[in-house]
Amino acid sequence: MVNLREIKGRINSTKSTKQITKAMQMVSSSKLRRAEQNAKAYVPYMEKIQDVVGAIASGTKDSGHPMLTARPVKKTAYLVIGSDRGLAGAYNSSILRQVQRTIDERHKSKDEYVILAVGRVVRDYFVKRDHNVVSDVVGLPDQPTFADIKEIARNAVGMFIDGTYDELYMYYNHFVSAIANEVTEKKLLPLTDLAPASSNASYEFEPSGEAILEVLLPQYAESLVYGALLDGKASEHASRMTAMKNATDNASDLISDLSLQYNRARQAAITQEITEIVGGAAALE
Amino acid sequence: MKTVLVNIVTPDGPVYDSEVSMVIAKTTSGEIGVLAGHIPMVAPLAIGAVKLKKEDGSTDIVAVSGGFIEVRPEKISILAPSAEIAENIDVQRAKEAVKRAEGRLQGKQDNIDFKRADLALKRALNRINVHEGNI
Repeated sequence: MVNLREIKGRINSTKSTKQITKAMQMVSSSKLRRAEQNAKAYVPYMEKIQDVVGAIASGTKDSGHPMLTARPVKKTAYLVIGSDRGLAGAYNSSILRQVQRTIDERHKSKDEYVILAVGRVVRDYFVKRDHNVVSDVVGLPDQPTFADIKEIARNAVGMFIDGTYDELYMYYNHFVSAIANEVTEKKLLPLTDLAPASSNASYEFEPSGEAILEVLLPQYAESLVYGALLDGKASEHASRMTAMKNATDNASDLISDLSLQYNRARQAAITQEITEIVGGAAALE
Repeated sequence: MKTVLVNIVTPDGPVYDSEVSMVIAKTTSGEIGVLAGHIPMVAPLAIGAVKLKKEDGSTDIVAVSGGFIEVRPEKISILAPSAEIAENIDVQRAKEAVKRAEGRLQGKQDNIDFKRADLALKRALNRINVHEGNI
Protein backbone atom coordinates (compact mmCIF):
# COMPACT_ATOMS: atom_id res chain seq x y z
CA MET A 1 0.00 0.00 0.00
CA VAL A 2 3.06 2.31 0.19
CA ASN A 3 2.73 3.04 -3.50
CA LEU A 4 -0.82 4.31 -3.11
CA ARG A 5 0.03 6.64 -0.28
CA GLU A 6 3.00 7.98 -2.20
CA ILE A 7 0.86 8.90 -5.18
CA LYS A 8 -1.75 10.47 -2.93
CA GLY A 9 0.95 12.63 -1.37
CA ARG A 10 2.20 13.78 -4.75
CA ILE A 11 -1.32 14.66 -5.86
CA ASN A 12 -1.85 16.75 -2.76
CA SER A 13 1.42 18.63 -3.07
CA THR A 14 0.79 19.33 -6.75
CA LYS A 15 -2.65 20.61 -5.84
CA SER A 16 -1.26 23.12 -3.37
CA THR A 17 1.36 24.24 -5.89
CA LYS A 18 -1.40 24.74 -8.39
CA GLN A 19 -3.33 26.87 -5.94
CA ILE A 20 -0.31 29.11 -5.45
CA THR A 21 0.45 29.52 -9.15
CA LYS A 22 -3.21 30.16 -9.81
CA ALA A 23 -3.25 32.92 -7.19
CA MET A 24 -0.06 34.44 -8.60
CA GLN A 25 -1.59 34.38 -12.06
CA MET A 26 -4.63 36.29 -10.86
CA VAL A 27 -2.50 38.83 -8.98
CA SER A 28 -0.42 39.41 -12.09
CA SER A 29 -3.42 39.83 -14.30
CA SER A 30 -4.86 42.54 -12.08
CA LYS A 31 -1.45 44.22 -11.91
CA LEU A 32 -1.25 44.02 -15.67
CA ARG A 33 -4.54 45.85 -15.96
CA ARG A 34 -3.24 48.62 -13.72
CA ALA A 35 0.04 48.79 -15.63
CA GLU A 36 -1.81 49.14 -18.90
CA GLN A 37 -3.84 52.00 -17.42
CA ASN A 38 -0.65 53.71 -16.29
CA ALA A 39 0.87 53.35 -19.71
CA LYS A 40 -2.28 54.80 -21.24
CA ALA A 41 -2.34 57.76 -18.83
CA TYR A 42 1.20 58.52 -19.87
CA VAL A 43 0.55 58.67 -23.63
CA PRO A 44 -0.77 62.28 -23.78
CA TYR A 45 2.29 63.59 -21.94
CA MET A 46 4.65 61.72 -24.24
CA GLU A 47 2.92 62.85 -27.42
CA LYS A 48 2.87 66.45 -26.28
CA ILE A 49 6.50 66.59 -25.26
CA GLN A 50 7.59 64.87 -28.46
CA ASP A 51 5.64 67.42 -30.45
CA VAL A 52 7.16 70.40 -28.69
CA VAL A 53 10.71 69.06 -28.65
CA GLY A 54 10.44 68.29 -32.36
CA ALA A 55 9.13 71.79 -33.10
CA ILE A 56 11.83 73.52 -31.11
CA ALA A 57 14.71 71.35 -32.20
CA SER A 58 13.82 71.76 -35.87
CA GLY A 59 13.23 75.49 -35.35
CA THR A 60 16.61 76.16 -33.77
CA LYS A 61 19.07 74.41 -36.03
CA ASP A 62 22.62 73.83 -34.83
CA SER A 63 21.82 74.82 -31.33
CA GLY A 64 24.96 72.99 -30.24
CA HIS A 65 23.21 71.65 -27.19
CA PRO A 66 25.31 68.78 -25.80
CA MET A 67 22.37 66.38 -25.76
CA LEU A 68 21.76 66.88 -29.47
CA THR A 69 25.35 66.59 -30.63
CA ALA A 70 26.86 63.27 -31.59
CA ARG A 71 30.48 63.00 -30.49
CA PRO A 72 33.13 60.37 -31.19
CA VAL A 73 32.19 57.35 -29.14
CA LYS A 74 34.74 56.29 -26.59
CA LYS A 75 32.36 54.77 -24.14
CA THR A 76 28.86 53.39 -24.51
CA ALA A 77 26.26 53.01 -21.82
CA TYR A 78 23.48 50.46 -21.71
CA LEU A 79 20.41 51.11 -19.63
CA VAL A 80 18.83 47.72 -19.07
CA ILE A 81 15.32 47.54 -17.64
CA GLY A 82 14.39 44.24 -16.04
CA SER A 83 12.54 43.09 -12.97
CA ASP A 84 13.33 42.54 -9.29
CA ARG A 85 11.82 39.10 -9.03
CA GLY A 86 11.88 36.00 -11.16
CA LEU A 87 9.03 33.62 -11.93
CA ALA A 88 8.25 35.65 -14.99
CA GLY A 89 9.16 33.17 -17.68
CA ALA A 90 11.76 34.38 -20.15
CA TYR A 91 11.20 38.04 -19.26
CA ASN A 92 14.64 38.71 -17.82
CA SER A 93 16.64 36.04 -19.60
CA SER A 94 15.61 37.16 -23.08
CA ILE A 95 16.61 40.74 -22.39
CA LEU A 96 19.90 39.77 -20.74
CA ARG A 97 20.77 37.44 -23.59
CA GLN A 98 20.14 40.19 -26.12
CA VAL A 99 22.27 42.73 -24.23
CA GLN A 100 25.08 40.25 -23.71
CA ARG A 101 25.12 39.38 -27.40
CA THR A 102 25.19 43.05 -28.41
CA ILE A 103 28.02 43.76 -26.01
CA ASP A 104 30.01 40.79 -27.26
CA GLU A 105 29.57 41.99 -30.82
CA ARG A 106 30.37 45.63 -30.32
CA HIS A 107 33.05 45.71 -27.67
CA LYS A 108 36.40 44.09 -27.12
CA SER A 109 37.18 45.16 -23.60
CA LYS A 110 35.16 45.92 -20.52
CA ASP A 111 36.45 49.50 -20.46
CA GLU A 112 34.41 50.40 -23.52
CA TYR A 113 31.01 50.32 -21.90
CA VAL A 114 29.10 50.77 -18.67
CA ILE A 115 25.81 49.35 -17.48
CA LEU A 116 22.91 51.10 -15.79
CA ALA A 117 20.68 48.47 -14.27
CA VAL A 118 17.02 48.66 -13.33
CA GLY A 119 15.87 45.59 -11.43
CA ARG A 120 17.63 43.22 -9.08
CA VAL A 121 17.94 40.36 -11.55
CA VAL A 122 19.64 42.61 -14.09
CA ARG A 123 22.01 44.12 -11.57
CA ASP A 124 23.02 40.75 -10.12
CA TYR A 125 23.63 39.34 -13.59
CA PHE A 126 26.05 42.09 -14.61
CA VAL A 127 27.75 42.44 -11.24
CA LYS A 128 28.42 38.71 -11.15
CA ARG A 129 30.05 38.88 -14.57
CA ASP A 130 32.24 41.80 -13.52
CA HIS A 131 30.73 44.33 -15.86
CA ASN A 132 31.01 47.95 -14.93
CA VAL A 133 27.66 48.76 -13.32
CA VAL A 134 27.69 52.51 -12.63
CA SER A 135 24.15 52.99 -11.43
CA ASP A 136 21.30 50.75 -10.37
CA VAL A 137 17.74 50.92 -9.11
CA VAL A 138 16.11 48.03 -7.28
CA GLY A 139 12.86 47.71 -5.41
CA LEU A 140 10.69 49.73 -7.75
CA PRO A 141 6.99 49.41 -6.93
CA ASP A 142 4.73 47.54 -9.34
CA GLN A 143 3.06 50.75 -10.38
CA PRO A 144 5.98 53.17 -10.49
CA THR A 145 5.41 56.90 -10.48
CA PHE A 146 7.58 59.44 -12.22
CA ALA A 147 9.23 60.35 -8.92
CA ASP A 148 10.47 56.77 -8.48
CA ILE A 149 12.66 56.78 -11.57
CA LYS A 150 13.61 60.44 -11.60
CA GLU A 151 16.87 59.61 -9.88
CA ILE A 152 18.16 57.12 -12.43
CA ALA A 153 16.85 59.12 -15.36
CA ARG A 154 18.65 62.21 -14.12
CA ASN A 155 21.78 60.20 -13.47
CA ALA A 156 21.69 58.73 -16.95
CA VAL A 157 21.33 62.13 -18.56
CA GLY A 158 23.84 63.77 -16.22
CA MET A 159 26.56 61.24 -16.93
CA PHE A 160 26.10 61.75 -20.65
CA ILE A 161 26.45 65.50 -20.29
CA ASP A 162 29.55 65.36 -18.12
CA GLY A 163 31.17 62.96 -20.58
CA THR A 164 31.20 59.71 -18.61
CA TYR A 165 29.90 58.09 -21.79
CA ASP A 166 29.19 59.28 -25.31
CA GLU A 167 26.08 57.36 -26.21
CA LEU A 168 23.29 55.71 -24.30
CA TYR A 169 21.20 52.76 -25.37
CA MET A 170 18.10 51.58 -23.59
CA TYR A 171 16.92 47.97 -23.49
CA TYR A 172 13.48 46.93 -22.35
CA ASN A 173 10.70 44.52 -23.14
CA HIS A 174 8.09 46.18 -25.29
CA PHE A 175 4.56 45.13 -24.42
CA VAL A 176 2.89 43.79 -27.56
CA SER A 177 -0.02 41.87 -26.08
CA ALA A 178 -0.79 39.87 -22.96
CA ILE A 179 1.02 36.87 -24.41
CA ALA A 180 3.77 38.51 -26.42
CA ASN A 181 6.53 41.00 -25.80
CA GLU A 182 9.72 41.81 -27.63
CA VAL A 183 13.12 43.03 -26.55
CA THR A 184 13.57 46.56 -27.83
CA GLU A 185 16.72 48.57 -28.27
CA LYS A 186 16.40 52.32 -28.32
CA LYS A 187 19.11 54.89 -28.73
CA LEU A 188 18.39 57.46 -26.08
CA LEU A 189 21.31 59.84 -26.27
CA PRO A 190 22.42 61.81 -28.17
CA LEU A 191 18.97 62.74 -29.41
CA THR A 192 19.76 62.61 -33.10
CA ASP A 193 16.56 61.28 -34.59
CA LEU A 194 14.02 63.80 -33.38
CA ALA A 195 10.84 63.62 -35.38
CA PRO A 196 10.02 66.96 -36.97
CA ALA A 197 6.90 68.58 -35.61
CA SER A 198 3.63 67.56 -37.18
CA SER A 199 1.93 70.84 -36.35
CA ASN A 200 4.66 72.96 -37.93
CA ALA A 201 3.82 75.88 -35.67
CA SER A 202 6.54 78.46 -35.31
CA TYR A 203 6.89 79.38 -31.68
CA GLU A 204 7.97 82.45 -29.84
CA PHE A 205 10.54 81.46 -27.27
CA GLU A 206 10.56 83.06 -23.89
CA PRO A 207 13.39 83.84 -23.07
CA SER A 208 15.20 81.98 -25.92
CA GLY A 209 15.22 78.70 -27.81
CA GLU A 210 18.47 77.62 -26.20
CA ALA A 211 17.23 78.33 -22.70
CA ILE A 212 14.15 76.23 -23.36
CA LEU A 213 16.12 73.33 -24.78
CA GLU A 214 18.19 73.47 -21.62
CA VAL A 215 15.04 72.70 -19.59
CA LEU A 216 13.19 70.65 -22.12
CA LEU A 217 15.75 68.10 -23.31
CA PRO A 218 16.57 66.57 -19.93
CA GLN A 219 12.85 66.42 -19.20
CA TYR A 220 12.32 64.74 -22.57
CA ALA A 221 15.04 62.17 -22.01
CA GLU A 222 13.72 61.44 -18.53
CA SER A 223 10.26 60.94 -19.90
CA LEU A 224 11.58 58.51 -22.52
CA VAL A 225 13.10 56.44 -19.73
CA TYR A 226 9.85 56.57 -17.80
CA GLY A 227 7.89 55.48 -20.87
CA ALA A 228 10.20 52.51 -21.35
CA LEU A 229 9.83 51.60 -17.70
CA LEU A 230 6.02 51.63 -17.88
CA ASP A 231 6.20 49.53 -21.02
CA GLY A 232 8.61 47.14 -19.32
CA LYS A 233 6.41 46.84 -16.23
CA ALA A 234 3.39 45.99 -18.34
CA SER A 235 5.29 43.24 -20.14
CA GLU A 236 6.71 42.00 -16.83
CA HIS A 237 3.23 41.47 -15.43
CA ALA A 238 2.08 39.98 -18.72
CA SER A 239 4.89 37.46 -18.89
CA ARG A 240 4.52 36.59 -15.23
CA MET A 241 0.84 36.00 -15.85
CA THR A 242 1.60 33.74 -18.82
CA ALA A 243 4.29 31.86 -16.94
CA MET A 244 1.96 31.23 -14.01
CA LYS A 245 -0.84 30.21 -16.34
CA ASN A 246 1.47 27.62 -17.92
CA ALA A 247 2.50 26.40 -14.48
CA THR A 248 -1.15 26.03 -13.47
CA ASP A 249 -1.95 24.13 -16.66
CA ASN A 250 1.03 21.85 -16.14
CA ALA A 251 -0.06 21.17 -12.59
CA SER A 252 -3.55 20.24 -13.83
CA ASP A 253 -2.07 17.81 -16.36
CA LEU A 254 0.16 16.30 -13.72
CA ILE A 255 -2.75 15.88 -11.32
CA SER A 256 -4.87 14.09 -13.90
CA ASP A 257 -1.96 11.75 -14.79
CA LEU A 258 -1.37 11.02 -11.14
CA SER A 259 -5.07 10.43 -10.47
CA LEU A 260 -5.11 7.86 -13.25
CA GLN A 261 -2.09 6.15 -11.76
CA TYR A 262 -3.66 6.30 -8.32
CA ASN A 263 -6.90 4.71 -9.47
CA ARG A 264 -5.06 1.99 -11.32
CA ALA A 265 -2.99 1.19 -8.29
CA ARG A 266 -6.08 1.20 -6.09
CA GLN A 267 -7.87 -1.18 -8.42
CA ALA A 268 -4.85 -3.45 -8.60
CA ALA A 269 -4.71 -3.53 -4.82
CA ILE A 270 -8.39 -4.45 -4.54
CA THR A 271 -8.07 -7.14 -7.17
CA GLN A 272 -5.13 -8.55 -5.34
CA GLU A 273 -7.01 -8.56 -2.04
CA ILE A 274 -9.95 -10.41 -3.59
CA THR A 275 -7.62 -12.95 -5.16
CA GLU A 276 -6.00 -13.47 -1.77
CA ILE A 277 -9.36 -13.94 -0.04
CA VAL A 278 -10.62 -16.31 -2.72
CA GLY A 279 -7.32 -18.17 -2.62
CA GLY A 280 -7.50 -18.39 1.20
CA ALA A 281 -11.10 -19.64 1.11
CA ALA A 282 -10.20 -22.25 -1.52
CA ALA A 283 -7.32 -23.46 0.63
CA LEU A 284 -9.68 -24.00 3.60
CA GLU A 285 -12.08 -26.27 1.71
CA MET B 1 -14.90 86.87 -23.07
CA LYS B 2 -13.23 84.36 -25.35
CA THR B 3 -12.02 81.17 -23.73
CA VAL B 4 -9.21 78.78 -24.51
CA LEU B 5 -8.74 75.11 -23.71
CA VAL B 6 -6.09 74.42 -21.07
CA ASN B 7 -4.47 71.03 -20.48
CA ILE B 8 -2.12 70.29 -17.62
CA VAL B 9 -0.38 66.98 -18.20
CA THR B 10 2.08 65.05 -16.06
CA PRO B 11 3.76 61.68 -16.69
CA ASP B 12 1.27 60.15 -14.23
CA GLY B 13 -1.67 61.33 -16.31
CA PRO B 14 -3.68 64.45 -17.11
CA VAL B 15 -4.35 66.72 -14.13
CA TYR B 16 -6.50 69.51 -15.51
CA ASP B 17 -8.57 69.96 -18.62
CA SER B 18 -10.97 72.88 -18.96
CA GLU B 19 -11.96 76.02 -20.88
CA VAL B 20 -10.59 79.14 -19.20
CA SER B 21 -10.44 82.79 -20.09
CA MET B 22 -7.00 83.57 -18.70
CA VAL B 23 -3.91 81.69 -17.56
CA ILE B 24 -1.36 83.23 -15.22
CA ALA B 25 1.85 81.27 -14.85
CA LYS B 26 5.24 81.87 -13.36
CA THR B 27 7.98 81.34 -15.92
CA THR B 28 11.69 81.36 -15.20
CA SER B 29 11.84 84.91 -16.52
CA GLY B 30 8.80 86.28 -14.70
CA GLU B 31 5.04 86.02 -14.50
CA ILE B 32 3.02 85.90 -17.68
CA GLY B 33 -0.69 86.16 -18.35
CA VAL B 34 -2.05 84.46 -21.44
CA LEU B 35 -5.44 85.10 -23.03
CA ALA B 36 -7.19 83.23 -25.82
CA GLY B 37 -5.70 83.82 -29.26
CA HIS B 38 -2.13 84.33 -28.04
CA ILE B 39 0.58 83.72 -30.65
CA PRO B 40 2.38 80.34 -30.37
CA MET B 41 4.88 80.48 -27.56
CA VAL B 42 6.93 78.15 -25.38
CA ALA B 43 8.38 79.08 -22.01
CA PRO B 44 9.94 77.08 -19.16
CA LEU B 45 8.11 77.34 -15.85
CA ALA B 46 9.46 77.96 -12.37
CA ILE B 47 8.18 76.09 -9.35
CA GLY B 48 5.01 77.94 -8.53
CA ALA B 49 1.29 78.30 -8.96
CA VAL B 50 -0.67 78.44 -12.17
CA LYS B 51 -3.85 80.49 -11.88
CA LEU B 52 -6.65 79.65 -14.25
CA LYS B 53 -9.41 82.29 -14.43
CA LYS B 54 -12.66 80.85 -15.62
CA GLU B 55 -15.43 82.57 -17.51
CA ASP B 56 -17.77 82.63 -14.50
CA GLY B 57 -15.19 84.55 -12.49
CA SER B 58 -13.94 81.67 -10.36
CA THR B 59 -10.25 80.78 -10.29
CA ASP B 60 -8.61 77.36 -10.22
CA ILE B 61 -5.14 77.13 -8.79
CA VAL B 62 -2.69 74.38 -9.67
CA ALA B 63 0.73 73.85 -8.11
CA VAL B 64 3.36 72.86 -10.68
CA SER B 65 6.97 71.86 -10.09
CA GLY B 66 8.73 73.16 -13.16
CA GLY B 67 8.14 71.96 -16.67
CA PHE B 68 7.03 74.28 -19.43
CA ILE B 69 4.02 75.94 -21.00
CA GLU B 70 3.15 75.65 -24.67
CA VAL B 71 0.74 78.22 -26.00
CA ARG B 72 -1.17 77.95 -29.24
CA PRO B 73 -4.00 80.24 -30.30
CA GLU B 74 -6.66 77.62 -29.63
CA LYS B 75 -5.01 75.53 -26.94
CA ILE B 76 -2.62 75.89 -24.01
CA SER B 77 -0.68 72.91 -22.68
CA ILE B 78 1.35 72.78 -19.52
CA LEU B 79 3.73 69.84 -19.14
CA ALA B 80 5.22 69.37 -15.71
CA PRO B 81 7.00 66.55 -13.86
CA SER B 82 4.27 66.89 -11.22
CA ALA B 83 1.21 69.07 -10.73
CA GLU B 84 -1.69 69.13 -8.29
CA ILE B 85 -4.95 71.04 -8.13
CA ALA B 86 -5.10 73.06 -4.89
CA GLU B 87 -7.85 70.94 -3.28
CA ASN B 88 -6.02 67.68 -3.95
CA ILE B 89 -2.74 68.61 -2.31
CA ASP B 90 -1.57 66.40 0.52
CA VAL B 91 -0.56 69.13 2.96
CA GLN B 92 0.60 66.72 5.63
CA ARG B 93 3.09 65.20 3.21
CA ALA B 94 4.25 68.61 2.04
CA LYS B 95 4.84 69.73 5.63
CA GLU B 96 6.92 66.64 6.31
CA ALA B 97 8.89 67.33 3.13
CA VAL B 98 9.56 70.87 4.35
CA LYS B 99 10.93 69.56 7.64
CA ARG B 100 13.09 66.99 5.89
CA ALA B 101 14.47 69.51 3.43
CA GLU B 102 15.15 72.10 6.13
CA GLY B 103 17.02 69.49 8.14
CA ARG B 104 19.13 68.65 5.17
CA LEU B 105 19.84 72.27 4.35
CA GLN B 106 21.16 72.90 7.85
CA GLY B 107 23.21 69.72 7.76
CA LYS B 108 25.84 69.83 5.07
CA GLN B 109 26.75 72.24 2.33
CA ASP B 110 27.57 69.53 -0.19
CA ASN B 111 26.82 71.09 -3.55
CA ILE B 112 24.45 68.69 -5.29
CA ASP B 113 22.60 67.57 -2.19
CA PHE B 114 22.22 71.17 -1.14
CA LYS B 115 20.68 72.13 -4.45
CA ARG B 116 18.38 69.14 -4.39
CA ALA B 117 17.17 69.85 -0.87
CA ASP B 118 16.65 73.48 -1.81
CA LEU B 119 14.46 72.45 -4.75
CA ALA B 120 12.56 69.97 -2.60
CA LEU B 121 11.92 72.73 -0.06
CA LYS B 122 10.66 75.08 -2.76
CA ARG B 123 8.32 72.45 -4.16
CA ALA B 124 6.91 71.62 -0.75
CA LEU B 125 6.44 75.26 0.24
CA ASN B 126 4.76 75.91 -3.10
CA ARG B 127 2.31 73.09 -2.45
CA ILE B 128 1.46 74.42 1.00
CA ASN B 129 1.05 77.98 -0.27
CA VAL B 130 -1.17 76.89 -3.12
CA HIS B 131 -3.28 74.78 -0.83
CA GLU B 132 -3.76 77.60 1.64
CA GLY B 133 -4.42 80.03 -1.14
CA ASN B 134 -1.79 82.64 -0.21
CA ILE B 135 -0.11 83.35 -3.50
